[in-house]
This record gives sequence, C-alpha cells and structure tokens, in this order.
Amino acid sequence: MLTTVDTLKKGQKGIIKEFTTNLLPIKLLELGCLPGNVIELVQTAPLRDPIYINVNGSHIAIRKALAKQIELELIEESL
Amino acid sequence: MSKNINVALIGNPNTGKTSVFNQLTGLKQKVGNYPGITVEKKEGICKLPRGVKAYILDLPGTYSLNTTSLDESVVVELLLNKNDKDYPDVAVVISDVENLKRNLLLFTQIKDLKIPSILVINMADRMDRKGISLDVELMEQRLDTKIALVSTRKGFGIDRLKELIANYKQLSNKPNINTAVIAPEYFKNLKEVFPKEDLYKLWLVITQDVNFMPIERNAAASVNEFKAKSKTELKRLQHKETVLRYQFINGILKETYKKDFRTAKGFRGSLDKILTHKFFGYLIFFAILLTIFQAIFDWSGYPMDFIDAQFAALADWTKNTLPPGILTDLLAEGIIAGIGGVVIFIPQIAFLFLFISLLEESGYMSRVVFLMDKLMRPFGLSGKSVVPLMSGTACAIPAVMATRTIENWKERLITILVVPFTTCSARLPVYLILIALVIPEGRFIGLSYQALTLMGLYLLGFVMSLCSAMILNKILKIKSRSLFMIEMPAYRLPLFKNVFYTVVEKTKSFVLGAGKIILAISIVLWFLGSYGWSNEFKNAETIVKERIDNEGFNAYSKNYLQNNLEAFKYQLKDSALSKNDKIDLTNIRTALQERDVELHDRLVEQEIASFKLENSFIGQAGKAIEPIVKPLGYDWKIGIAVITSFAAREVFVGTLATIYSVGSDEEETIKNRMAAEVNANGKPLFNLATGVSLMLFYAFAMQCMSTLAIVKRETNSWKWPLYQLLFMSAIAYVTAFTAYQILK
Repeated sequence: MLTTVDTLKKGQKGIIKEFTTNLLPIKLLELGCLPGNVIELVQTAPLRDPIYINVNGSHIAIRKALAKQIELELIEESL
Repeated sequence: MSKNINVALIGNPNTGKTSVFNQLTGLKQKVGNYPGITVEKKEGICKLPRGVKAYILDLPGTYSLNTTSLDESVVVELLLNKNDKDYPDVAVVISDVENLKRNLLLFTQIKDLKIPSILVINMADRMDRKGISLDVELMEQRLDTKIALVSTRKGFGIDRLKELIANYKQLSNKPNINTAVIAPEYFKNLKEVFPKEDLYKLWLVITQDVNFMPIERNAAASVNEFKAKSKTELKRLQHKETVLRYQFINGILKETYKKDFRTAKGFRGSLDKILTHKFFGYLIFFAILLTIFQAIFDWSGYPMDFIDAQFAALADWTKNTLPPGILTDLLAEGIIAGIGGVVIFIPQIAFLFLFISLLEESGYMSRVVFLMDKLMRPFGLSGKSVVPLMSGTACAIPAVMATRTIENWKERLITILVVPFTTCSARLPVYLILIALVIPEGRFIGLSYQALTLMGLYLLGFVMSLCSAMILNKILKIKSRSLFMIEMPAYRLPLFKNVFYTVVEKTKSFVLGAGKIILAISIVLWFLGSYGWSNEFKNAETIVKERIDNEGFNAYSKNYLQNNLEAFKYQLKDSALSKNDKIDLTNIRTALQERDVELHDRLVEQEIASFKLENSFIGQAGKAIEPIVKPLGYDWKIGIAVITSFAAREVFVGTLATIYSVGSDEEETIKNRMAAEVNANGKPLFNLATGVSLMLFYAFAMQCMSTLAIVKRETNSWKWPLYQLLFMSAIAYVTAFTAYQILK
C-alpha cells in the first residue's frame, strides 16, 4: 500500500519510493533517507508532531510537514 | 628532528569527536572564534611519536560537505582552501561504529578532495554488545585508508591513532569515487573550461555558496555560469551523487561489516518510551528544570558569598596597604570591584553549563527538543529554542550563540530577539537589592513576599519572551524553508572529562568576555566620576566646607553621626563596666570627642566626594537626563546608574555605590544608604513605586552591550540589534512609567 511517512503508526515500517516530483532536502538523503531504504516510525511526540523515525539506522526526528513529502510502500508484516 | 603538522578532526555530530580531541590534546587547548564569525574554533597541541608535534583543529560537526549552516561552511571553506594556514596535512574523520554507514558518506567526500585521511571508528567498545564485527583490514583496502579502532570511554586506540597521524606521509590521497559519472556531459564541459582545477572541488564550489580566498575567487566567479543550470537540476545531481556514494559504501560494508540483530536493540527504545511519554516526559523535564534552577539560585549561593567576601577583603587590603592616591582608588574601587562583579557569576554560569553539557552528552537534550517543538511553534519558535531560553537564565550571550542549531532562519531570529527577556544572572544583584529595599518581609502561605517577588520577576521574563515571540511571528514577514530535523542519538553516560572541559571552557570564555567590558566600564566610570570641568567641581572642597560650616551636615550625615556616637557611647560604657572599673567620665568624654572629630572628618570627605560626583562629567550627564527618567520616579543619581548599567545590568549597584560614596564591597552599607536617600518631599526615594518601576525597567530593558554585540554578529547586521534595543527599551519605559504612576 502506498502512503506517506506522516501517516505511519508506531512500529510500522515502509520502504521509501523513488522520488518523482518533489525533491527532499539533501540533509535527509545524507542521513539515509534514500529510495529503497526502510523507514520505521519509532515514536510520535506527545502532541503528535514531530515524529521520530529510524531510517537506515539513523534515529531522527522530523516535523510532519516534511514527513508528508516522503512517499513509501508500507510493509504489511509490520502491522 | 621535529616537524609540526596540521591535523583536522572532522566528523558527524554525536560521534564523540570532542572526546577524541580531548584525548589527543588534554587541557592544551585553545578555544576562540573564527575571524569575523562566531563559529567556535577549537585548537590543541598533541605530541606524537618521534618528536613530531601536531596542531589539532577540531572542526564543527557536519553530516556532509553539502553545507546548510555557518558551522558547516567553515569546514568546507577550510578544506577547499589550500592556502589557509590551518589547511590540514591530514584529515582524521571520526565515525561511530553504530552509524558507520552514514559517517562514511562524509569520509568519501573528504577523500575525494585528495586530502590524506585517516578513519577513526569510535565507540569500538560497543561492538560486542551490539553484535557488530568488522573486517578492518579489508575495509582499509577498500576505502584506501588507515583505520584506528578507538574507544575514548575505555581509552584504547588513541596510541595507534597518534602513530597513524605521525606516519601520515604513507597515506594515500587518491579519491574514492568519481563524481563525474553522475552527469558525464556536464563534468566534461567543466573540465574543458577549467582544465587546471580539480573537478570535485569545482562541483562543491558550484553547489554551494562558500567564501573563497583570492586564489579561488577567479575560478568561483566564472563558475557562476555553471550555476545557471537550474537549481532543481543541481539539486537532482546532488541527490544522484549521494545515492552513488551510498552505493559505494553499501558495497564495502556488505563485505566488511556484520551485525547480529539478535543482540542489538539497546535500552534506547525503552528509555525513549519514558522520556518522551506524554505525561512522564514533561514531568521529568520539569523536574530537571527545577533542579537546574535550584542549583543556580540556591546551591551557588555558598560559593558566591565566599567569592564576594574574598573580593571585599582584597579591596580593603589594597586600600590599606598601598599608598593612598588616585591609582590605589582606581585599583580598589574601580578594578577590583569590577572584576569581583564578574567573578561572582562563575558559580552560576558553571552550574548552568554543567547541567547543559550533562544533558547534551547524555543525548537527553534531543528528546527535550522533540517534546517541546509543537508547544513552541505557535510562538514562532522551535523545539530547539528551548535550550537557548534555558541558557538565557544564566546569560544571554551563550544563549544567543546556542541558537545556531536552529535551521529555520525565522525561528532562529525570533529566538535571538526574545532571549534577552529571560532573567539573566546579571539582573539578580539589581533585583536582590531592590527587593530588599522595597518589598516588606512578611510571608504568604509560608513563602516570603520577597521570594515570591523574585519568582514573579522570573516568570515575567519568560512570559514576556513568549509574548514578544508571538508578536514577532505575526510581524516578521520572512519566508524560510522549514527543515526541522534533529538526530536522536543513543543514550550515553556522560564522560566526566568532556563535561569538565566544557564547563571550564565556557566559564572561562564568559569571564574573559564579560570581564573585559566590565573592567573597561569601571575604569571609564571611575574617570568620569572623578573629573569635571565646572567651577563647582574644581572648588568642591571650599564650597562644601563652607556649606557645612554655615548649615551643618546634610540629613543623612547628621543621622549617621548621631547613631554612631550613640552606639560608641554604649560600647564605652559596656567595656568600662565589664572591667569593673570606676567610670571615668573625663576619659569617656575625651574618647567621644576624639570619635566625633574622626567621624566629622570622614563625613566631610564623603560630602565633598558626593558633591564632586554631582558636578563631575557623569553628574552633569545624569542631571541632563533627569527630565526623561523623572516620570519613572528616578532622580539624577538613579539616572546615571541606568545609563552606566547599559553596559551591563549589574553595574547598576556598583554605580549607586560610587555615587553614594561608599565602597561598593559593603553591600549592607549601600542598602542602608539607599534606604536613607530622600526625595524632594523628604520621603524615602526608594519607595514601593520607584522600586517596582526600577525592577520592571530592568526586567525588560536591553541593558547589555555584549548581548547587542553578539546579536549583531549572529544576525550579521546592525538592523536587528537596533530594533531589539528600541523595542525592549520602549517596553521597559512604558511599563516602568505605568507602574510608577499607578503606585505613586
């Protein structure tokens, strides 16, 4: 199922899709947010934003607005 | 034979780069700023095997050479400029064994600049626990480098690193990756236009705005046409480059890096669950904040009292030991008192940095940012504004510098502009003396009014900074891309050595920075208060003596004389009685007379001094501004103190001390003297209305030159500090005015 990172639930994982339209900030890529890599939602902040993800071994927190721009294919088994 | 080599330490944030630096250099380090900008520059010296001496430069942490902040561009600027005196003979890239993949991205970039590079894999002691195994030899081959497995915590690997640095000549300087493959045509063109330049360097120049030294400026100028290739296109190429690098790295790690996931998963997960919990998360943060405040305002009281006493004793000693004269006065009343005024803040500053560095070292600070981000956003601030606002309670200067981690320019600017509203420790002496003067001693449900007032002033500062942030957020029309991103590093037990060095370093730079200004101000003040050009000033002695002969002492002196003599009389009586002597009236009378003459002389001198001050340069300035400060309930003396304390708030107390011609080290006397001061109606000058008006004025006014200077540097224009000055002074004036007019 196709979705974006901001809709992930805690513990859910997905594989980052090839970027088509928008370009993500280079910083994110350098931290491992590259097509084909797995993103896991580790934790959501108490007020639901920002979110805390694990991508490619990097544990980072980003705001939802940015998370919305990252498209991914949900990995079903993680549900 | 000894030779000096330049070594640059480069690495991602959170890789323990600073620990490696501390291990290599010990306390032989120097912290300064890069010329013109406030990026911290840390240098140190390390003795290597065979008598080689290395200058180690600890560069700011960066994720890659594609810069997005000032700190990062410092790194690139240095690595691109071969003529820089700090240009490294060898680059030591620090990586963390758990984040090796990401760390290697930076390594390949540095390697491609053809700088001889060593790879340090830090935190190697965690390998077993995390189920990681490495084929170091194969990795060295594939990355074409030398590797040192280091653990700063367990203290191994540093000797090998030193050995490798000493043998840097044997390192290869071949690049890892051929960047040109991402766009062969484009790079071929580049090569034709700049046959002499290195392609990867050119690429870095094109894709970011870096300031260059003259040599490269020519290249940079003509490189502009290559920028013409649309920005999105360049960005796309940068993406391609990153993917290419990761392909290379993944290929190597596949062969050399094994991780057994069964043993992995540390306590990061479980700790995160508690520390970022929707209830316990905030509770814990609140508890930590309380502890910090407790430390700053309670525990630090003991060392502060001690320092205060020492400086008072030193000033006394100087006065009594050195021959009396202008220089002794300057030394005792200006310089020593001035330095004491700075040194007294050391305990508070040290406590603050102790806590901040503990929180940062342990990885907790990132969680605070995570917790607070959403809460701060309605105010136009970011989660990363929390640290500056906290630091602001010690001093606005490090607080403004701490805003550098905020990527979004608007959020950063707002944070910088509102930080000076938080109650810094320099306001404390002003508040304390005013509270003691005008707030009654009673209690309200077990809490003293005085303590409640102090707390209220702190809250007022916070509320004001949030309110003005909200207003600024509405007013400022700055578009800036919001890229909020923060790494959530693994939790670590803070290393004592690192924390200790940070505290020493930050405290030192605060004391030296603020100390210089306060010292200069005290000297200038002393001069302006000790000289004048009017006739009154020149003939002060005759005028005052004549007046005393004709009209007697002023009210304060009369009072003082009477009380003192009274007390002395009792003392004499007591001592006579205790010795069981007969009370010899003549003796007592002579003693009293002697004391009277002595006091008389002293009081005459005091009155001359204060008359001189009134007619000195500074007194005339104070009189000139009296109409402006009168509506706030201040007389010309307070006016002077307000002016001089523009340099730094705590100067207020010292100035009043000078003006009331008592030694500034006798706080009790200053207080009594202030309490005895009367206004035109013969009522105490420091009544509730004036006191509250002054406290409010100091709560809001931008009374700190050093902060303005640092804001100028950080925002790179005079516009923002000037706005800040006007904005804050206006608020201060209006609130002080309103409070005085209502309460009077």
